[in-house]
Amino acid sequence: MANRHRPHGDKEKYTWASPVVYLVAMCVISGCLAPVAFVIIGGFKSNSQITTNPAAFPNPWKLSNFSNVLTGSMFWRQAGNSVICALVTTLGVVVLGVMASYVIARYNFRGKGAMYALFAAGLMFPLTVAITPLYLLVKSLHLTNTLAGVIVPQVAFALPTTIIILVPFLRAIPREIEEAAAIDGCSRLGFFRRMVLRLSVPGLVTTGILAFIGSWNSYMLPLFVLNDSAKYTLPLGVQAFASERSTDTAAVLAFTSLSMIPALLFFSLFERRIVGGLTGAVKG
Amino acid sequence: MGWRQRAEITLLAGPAILLFIGFVIFPVLTAVYYGLFRWKGYGAPTDFVGLNNYVVLFKDSAFREAVLHNFEIVFLSLIMQGPLAVVVALLLNRKMRGRSLIRVLIFVPYVISEVIVGIGWKLMLMEGNGAIDSMLRGMGLGGLVQRWMSDPKMAMWTLMIIITWKYFGFAVILFLAGLQGIPEELSEAAQIDGASFWQIQRRITLPLLGPTIRIWAFLSILGSLQLFDLVYIVWGQYISGVAGTSTMATYMALNGRLSGNYGFGNAVAVVIFLISLVCALTYQRLVLRRDTDGALTGGR
Repeated sequence: MANRHRPHGDKEKYTWASPVVYLVAMCVISGCLAPVAFVIIGGFKSNSQITTNPAAFPNPWKLSNFSNVLTGSMFWRQAGNSVICALVTTLGVVVLGVMASYVIARYNFRGKGAMYALFAAGLMFPLTVAITPLYLLVKSLHLTNTLAGVIVPQVAFALPTTIIILVPFLRAIPREIEEAAAIDGCSRLGFFRRMVLRLSVPGLVTTGILAFIGSWNSYMLPLFVLNDSAKYTLPLGVQAFASERSTDTAAVLAFTSLSMIPALLFFSLFERRIVGGLTGAVKG
Repeated sequence: MGWRQRAEITLLAGPAILLFIGFVIFPVLTAVYYGLFRWKGYGAPTDFVGLNNYVVLFKDSAFREAVLHNFEIVFLSLIMQGPLAVVVALLLNRKMRGRSLIRVLIFVPYVISEVIVGIGWKLMLMEGNGAIDSMLRGMGLGGLVQRWMSDPKMAMWTLMIIITWKYFGFAVILFLAGLQGIPEELSEAAQIDGASFWQIQRRITLPLLGPTIRIWAFLSILGSLQLFDLVYIVWGQYISGVAGTSTMATYMALNGRLSGNYGFGNAVAVVIFLISLVCALTYQRLVLRRDTDGALTGGR
């Protein structure tokens, strides 16, 4: 646990590294960002600019592509669908995941190993493989074309990663705390509710972010389950927009750049937490 | 074990297990069953064809090509992303100013959805008039202009460039997380003994990072075997086979649900699953086992 609760004061020790490191970092970063910049900057161009000089900066910078997307109803509706899917999925995964992980990490019973193995094996069952039968299952439950038809399978498929990251976290909570709580008359469920949930916040945040980003970006499942553009999540919406307006490249780029903002924002806010959470998982 | 503990376990783990079995395990098992039928997806399957779907599948050269492409992607992903990500992670693994900003920026491509990545790259690589071609011409490198997506000799490399761009940030983050678990004292001691930076990395850090690298390779292999989104978006439903970038998963989508052949689609899913499983188990046996051995014997 120690490295997760490192005092914030250690920032003072940060120094400038050698210029070579920054040079390499600059090269890598510009490689990473150039395509993103192309998409965002392209949204400020007119179509004729994109055709005549695709690699140049916009001249003049045009805002109308963005304002057209933002004033249309489709973008907001699809963004709303994405937000609902991502939030409910995240909540579902974290709640169900931490409950199951608590059992695996801190109860002793026969079948505990099997339970862990069941979820660990889930890593081998990616969505790609199960998508056809999953679609049939969703269809037989009459959930096609509903957000629930996307959310429920997403939660199920995100459970393995979540549990594998959370179990080492919950194991690391010192036994003494649990014993002290028991002496004070705290039941195991009470201990879970009052202590475990608070102590495992870093792990919950990590798994929550991964689930959120995973849901925000998921494509294959919504592609199979949703078929009405009013029900689309943003990835489907982006693709539909791109094929409907294939000649209006500038509008496509504007739509695309707007739809990547939330995941980027979410990630940059919580980046430290992700690395912290993965550290526990990689060691465990 | 008292009834109380039993009840607690059921209450806490029950929902997750039910959901997981219902929506992950059960569909995979039904795929095996549906795969034995010729079935258009309406009503219950009745036209039992035994293993015929599998025979058709293995006789289809388009599928064999797709499998081959998947293995090319597995191999190229490992040798393209791995070394690059290790070097970047080693360079960034120090307390230096701007580190967290650099980390965030390197991870940006991983956070962006496959759809956006696909559409963005597709437009940049557009043949005749894409940004990349126009930039190459602008720099006087017009000779490097390619038919990036439609030339079968080039398409796989284009795909690999996009994949590397998209996923190497994940490798870097994973490696950085692994590096944080390595005690600094080791490299400090080596430094006092006069070891150079790269000597320390090669002799001390890299071997200790081994388990993380091996887990990353495992995830990368599985991901490559199941690659779908990027190919499907950049190359579209139909031309990926012609361009030589089709994968097992795009083959499955094209010949299963999109053509209404659900029985056949399920058979393809089963084959993808078996291939992934065999690769995963082999990898665990051959490569990951020593990590668990180490963990069980206390690392000595």
